[in-house]
Order: sequence, then C-alpha cells, then structure tokens
Amino acid sequence: MKLEGLNLEAIRKDFPILSETVYGKKLVFLDSAASAQKPRAVIDAMVHVMEAQYANVHRGLHFMSERTSDAYEGVRDKVAAFLNAGSRDEIVFTRNATESINLVAFTYGRTALKPGDAIVISEMEHHANIVPWQMLRDAHGVELRVAKITDAGEIDWESLEAQFADGKVKLLAVTHMSNVLGSYTPAERLAAFAHARGAKILLDGSQAVVHRRLDVRAIDADFYVFSGHKLYGPSGIGVLYGKAELLEAMPPFMGGGDMIASVSYERSSWAKPPHRFEAGTPAIIETIGLGAAIDYVEAIGFEAIAAHERDLTDHALALLSSIEGLRILGSAQDRGGVVSFTMAGAHAHDVATLLDRQGIAVRAGMHCAEPLMGRLGVTSTARASFALYTTRDEIDALGAGLRRVQQMFA
Amino acid sequence: MMTDTAELYQALIMDRTKQPRFAGRPEAFDAEAEGDNPICGDRVHIYLTHPGHARHVCRGCAIMSASADLMAEAVADKTPDDIAALHRAFDAMVTTGQPDPALGELNALAGVAEYRSRIRCATLPWSALAEALKEPRHG
Repeated sequence: MKLEGLNLEAIRKDFPILSETVYGKKLVFLDSAASAQKPRAVIDAMVHVMEAQYANVHRGLHFMSERTSDAYEGVRDKVAAFLNAGSRDEIVFTRNATESINLVAFTYGRTALKPGDAIVISEMEHHANIVPWQMLRDAHGVELRVAKITDAGEIDWESLEAQFADGKVKLLAVTHMSNVLGSYTPAERLAAFAHARGAKILLDGSQAVVHRRLDVRAIDADFYVFSGHKLYGPSGIGVLYGKAELLEAMPPFMGGGDMIASVSYERSSWAKPPHRFEAGTPAIIETIGLGAAIDYVEAIGFEAIAAHERDLTDHALALLSSIEGLRILGSAQDRGGVVSFTMAGAHAHDVATLLDRQGIAVRAGMHCAEPLMGRLGVTSTARASFALYTTRDEIDALGAGLRRVQQMFA
Repeated sequence: MMTDTAELYQALIMDRTKQPRFAGRPEAFDAEAEGDNPICGDRVHIYLTHPGHARHVCRGCAIMSASADLMAEAVADKTPDDIAALHRAFDAMVTTGQPDPALGELNALAGVAEYRSRIRCATLPWSALAEALKEPRHG
C-alpha cells in the first residue's frame, strides 16, 4: 500500500468522503478528473473562515475585513508561487477554467486579435476550449482552426505547422493534458513553436495542474488556466495566469465593484490587473479553500504525487489491456492518470451504471469533448481517472467490475 | 454482487438489447422522428410504417435500445390516442418505479426510476415516437 514518498493510508484518512459507502459497498472513486474529493484541511479552512474570520474583502476598514482580505490576497501569493509566476499581479481569480478562457476570449480576443486573425486549437480540446473561441469567431470575425492529433492522441506537428503556414495565426489555445486521452502536450515546445511564429499561447491546465509541478515561466506560457475543484479545492474558484504586459493591455471582462479606479456617470476608469478582472465580491471562502488545497498538495510534494500516479496509470493500462473487448483510447508516450475505454457490445452508460452498483464511480459519455469523440470514431466512452488518494486495489476492483459487466453483455 | 443491477438489467432487457424484434429501417414509411440525448450521445430513430407500426434504429445504451424495442411491440395496432395514453403511463411508471398493469412487459423498465440519470434513456424512444405521430397523416 505504501509507495515511496507517499503514505497512502494516511492520505486516505485525510479525505473524509473516502470512508463513505454507496449501495452498502465501499466507495471506489475513479472520477477525480471530473472533480476531485476534498481533504479535511480544505474543509476546515473554509469552515474556519465562516466561523472565525469572515467579512467582505478590499472594503472594510475593520478588523474582520482586513484579516479576510489578507487571507484572500495571501492565496494569490500562494498561487503565484505554485505556478512560479513572475508576479502575484499575474494571477486573476475566476470561477473556474471555463470562465478563465472566456475572460481571455472576451477581452484579449476582442482587442489584441483583429478580424482576419486566426486562432488554432487542437482536436483534443474540452468544450471549454472550443466554444469561447467559436463565440469570439462569430462576434469578432476571427478564424478558428483545428490542428489534428495523431491516433496515439498526441499533437500532430505537421498539421499544426500547416495551420500556421499563412502567418495569420495569433493565438494557439491548447490543452496541457487531455481530459479524455490523458495525453500531456509538450507545453514548452508548443509555446516556443507559437512564439517563433508570432503567436501567443493559452494552455488549458485543468487536468495537468493536478498531477505535475508547473512552471509557467519555464513553459513561457502567455496564459494558463485551471480550476480549483480538480486540485482538491472547492468548486467556484478558478485561476487565470496571464503575463503582466498582456493583462495590462486587456480591457475589463465584467463591470462592477472592485474592478474600478474611479466611477462617475460619465465615465469610469479601471483598476490595474488583477483586480480589473475581478468585478464584485469574489469567492472569498472558496479562494481560501484553494489556498489550503495548494498547501496540502505542496506538503505531499509533486514528485511523490507524480510517481504514485505513474504507477497507478501503468497498472491500469496493463490491467485494462488484458481484458478482451476493451479498447483503450489513445496511447500517448507521455500520459497521466486518465484512461478512457470502450467495451465491445456494451454502451459506456451501461458500463458506468453497472460499475456504480458495485460502488465504483467512473464517468461515461462524451466528456465535454464531442468533436474528439467523432475523431476517435466513438459516440461515448467510459473513463477512469486517478488522484493522489487512488489505490492499486481500487484499480483491481475496476478490473473485476468490468469483467462482471462483460459477462452480462456477452 | 450484481443482484442490485440485475433488477434493472434483467433478462428481458438484455434479451431485447441483444436481439431486438423491431430494429431496422423499413423500406417504406409514413413518418419518422429522431430522439437525441446530447449529454451522452444516445440517438434513436423511429419509423412509422402506419400508425401503430413502429421500427427503430438505436445508437446507444441497453436501456434505450430495450425500451425502443418493447415500445414498438406495445404500440402495435394501437391508435394515436391509445399510444399517447401509453406514453403518459410509461413516463409515470419509469419516474415513480410503480409498475402499471396496463403497461405489460414495459414494466421491466420500472427499475430505471432508481437511476435518475438513466430515466431519459428509457423515455427517449417514446418522445421520438410522439414526434413522429405529430406528422399530419398521423394526427
């Protein structure tokens, strides 16, 4: 049970929900890529805010407001260090990665990009990294292009090169880790590729941020987005990292309190980033919860987390490959703890329902990646995903559960 | 271990999924309609050769496929009004989980009531059939 550098038994005790049962069976939670469970430290931090240290931020001149503002802004420092950003002012708090991408599309997209410019995405994007760009295309007259992936589920560099050939591409918006195939994309190489062709890069780190140490400066990312809830933090808090000079030039996203320098009926002027992009009372409690989540994963350490998840992924791939009729989607060289599969003769939803009754939670469907399903030639898949609290025994339970499902559909 | 699931995925459902009696696009038909579930990608196409004679083409889960096949059998030779009444009774049955004597073999799907996210799988063929029946010739 115990792996080098990671005390799994102790970690599992940190997550109260893992001792719950479903249908009288032990919960085997293999859906962390959709949203991860929360450790006691996160729950306690959020309860503590509400019980002992709560008031609105950036407004009150009183003790509680100042203390809460300090805690809230302290998380900005934490996130900046977590991503190795150059400055805390490069960290914008949003609701989730989806909002972060929409923010960039709405503000950067409508000012830095001109009609006739092109945006490139890949074939393995989540809807969150497709639809905002389509909306921008339709509203602003930019072109949206799609670079192919290989059958293995990796970036097809020839296709990417071809999309950039006419020099019109000004933004590459691409996942850092596929939520369906588990493939990591080579972020540094993609950033260098885009920059060499006069384009900026936005990376959707919703999946990647959970599994490996990140360094936005080493990557040279222009924008990097993620959601707190996949990183063992609460829902309702997300992050947009943007290079200072880019954020500085961007107009506001939403208008309201907190994002202004001054307001009159004739005109208003905008606060500096990051506050320019944070209109209204923010998700104070959730942000503080995110801070606790970052402390939690940092205390365990990404080296140990990555090693554990690599072991789980190797184990899962070997086990699932041994089940006849099971097709694992994607075979990227560099892949993380997300495994999608189909079972011959059984629909993914039936697989998921039958696993659920055995206490095993997997996701089934299109995973908010309908175009990718078409590319892979499937209408839906089942997906098992792993977190720092996942055990080999749970993957074995999945294997046994799948064999039972298979018997029913044989 | 699988006793719970056996309630839903019982022999009748599995049999209809694996060996449907009313599957396939007829050469000629009077009306057709499609039901889509955008969440899961399930799709059912219903063809009416004349009122009360339905065939289906399913791309989706066992629950939907079995439901479509049992539906085609249940509506055979029924009038549009009878079908509408069956549809209402079926919706109520899969929502409450209470079998209804008027529904006969369709009661095999009563178990979906326990799986909230799957109720739509069972009702999708019926919604598509209702659409097909709206075509003028069947009104």
